[in-house]
Amino acid sequence: MGEVIVITSGKGGVGKTTTSANVGTALSLIGKKVVLIDTDIGLRNLDVVLGLENRIVYDVVDVVEKKCRPNQAMIKDKRFDGLYLIPAAQTRDKNAVTPEQMRELCDSLKNEFDYVIIDCPAGIEQGFKNAISGASKALVVTTPEVSAVRDADRIIGLLEANEIRDIKLIVNRLRVDMVKKGDMMNVDDILDILAVGLIGVVPDDEDIITSTNRGEPAVTNEKSKAGAAYRNIAKRITGEDVPIMDLSGDNAFVAAIKKIFGVKQ
Amino acid sequence: MDFFGFFKGKKDSSKNAAKERLQLVLIHDRANVSPEFLEMLKGEILEVLSRYVEINHEEFDIRLTRAKSEDGSREVPALVANIPISKMKRPEDFSADRQRECI
Ligand SMILES: Nc1ncnc2c1ncn2[C@@H]1O[C@H](COP(=O)(O)OP(=O)(O)O)[C@@H](O)[C@H]1O
Ligand SMILES: [Mg+2]
Repeated sequence: MGEVIVITSGKGGVGKTTTSANVGTALSLIGKKVVLIDTDIGLRNLDVVLGLENRIVYDVVDVVEKKCRPNQAMIKDKRFDGLYLIPAAQTRDKNAVTPEQMRELCDSLKNEFDYVIIDCPAGIEQGFKNAISGASKALVVTTPEVSAVRDADRIIGLLEANEIRDIKLIVNRLRVDMVKKGDMMNVDDILDILAVGLIGVVPDDEDIITSTNRGEPAVTNEKSKAGAAYRNIAKRITGEDVPIMDLSGDNAFVAAIKKIFGVKQ
Repeated sequence: MDFFGFFKGKKDSSKNAAKERLQLVLIHDRANVSPEFLEMLKGEILEVLSRYVEINHEEFDIRLTRAKSEDGSREVPALVANIPISKMKRPEDFSADRQRECI
């Protein structure tokens, strides 16, 4: 039986879609069977980030409306064995899907896949409710900024209220140069504030932009730091104990690691 | 004890400003307390206290903040009020007020 994991954040533009694409691809690269579902209806993006935009026939709304079977809407990624995408509908709105329909879809997919990964839209309205309804785990993405962390806190509260208790944090777009100058919150600062465990830290990395330009997730680029961070997150999702990358060269991260792996919490 | 000064920041770096502002804003978010609620509370506290003391209304300040729990193990929301008293009322004044109110 597979796991259904929602990737969410509250705030837009913090890296949910980037994370979904990279974590999904990285999981497939380590031999897992993965289906990504883009639930950002009306603002379809995961298809272009993955470079699969030219192959869409059906979408998630067609599936829940039973206009097609789930595997007819699934685009099989020819580059990565075991990776599939169910795209969002572009010309419908969030109300075209209900939480019950999403739960039903996720329940049927987890019989067939190791991981069902759901790319959640921004906000806390219908789209969010749909995205989380079938999930038993959540990855909350934030950046080291006041507004993003505040929204992450709100999202964590809402996830808990919806009985999703397995919640892990991804700190995205960390800039080591700014952290060193004291001009950006570090991972410890964020963990002090949010009451969840950390599953990974992704540096701000130009490779994310160039790889997105090409539709080739950064995890396929051996040289990309962000790619390496996402590959590690994928391993941690499978239960492997991979230490958090030391991006900074100082002790803040060692403390953060201690915090996650037992000393506190 | 300077409750408010405590939150002004240890170092003058922008990340400390970010962290402290976040901690305060989250206390409000998590407690689900609206500014209207605080205004209502402020109004009623003023009303009660004004029977006994004269209060400088301009400087009266009440806010939600964070404090350590009794056993020091976690942070809890705390209501902190700064109420400058300009004059204590004499007992006969407030008993007069009381009577007026009863009528
Ligand atoms: N680690 C990163 N380094 C650099 N740019 C990033 C990183 N993560 C995301 N981005 C960029 O930020 C923008 C928003 O990311 P996206 O994944 O679409 O966010 P969301 O899905 O949360 O709205 C995109 O342009 C993306 O390329
Ligand atoms: Mg997105």
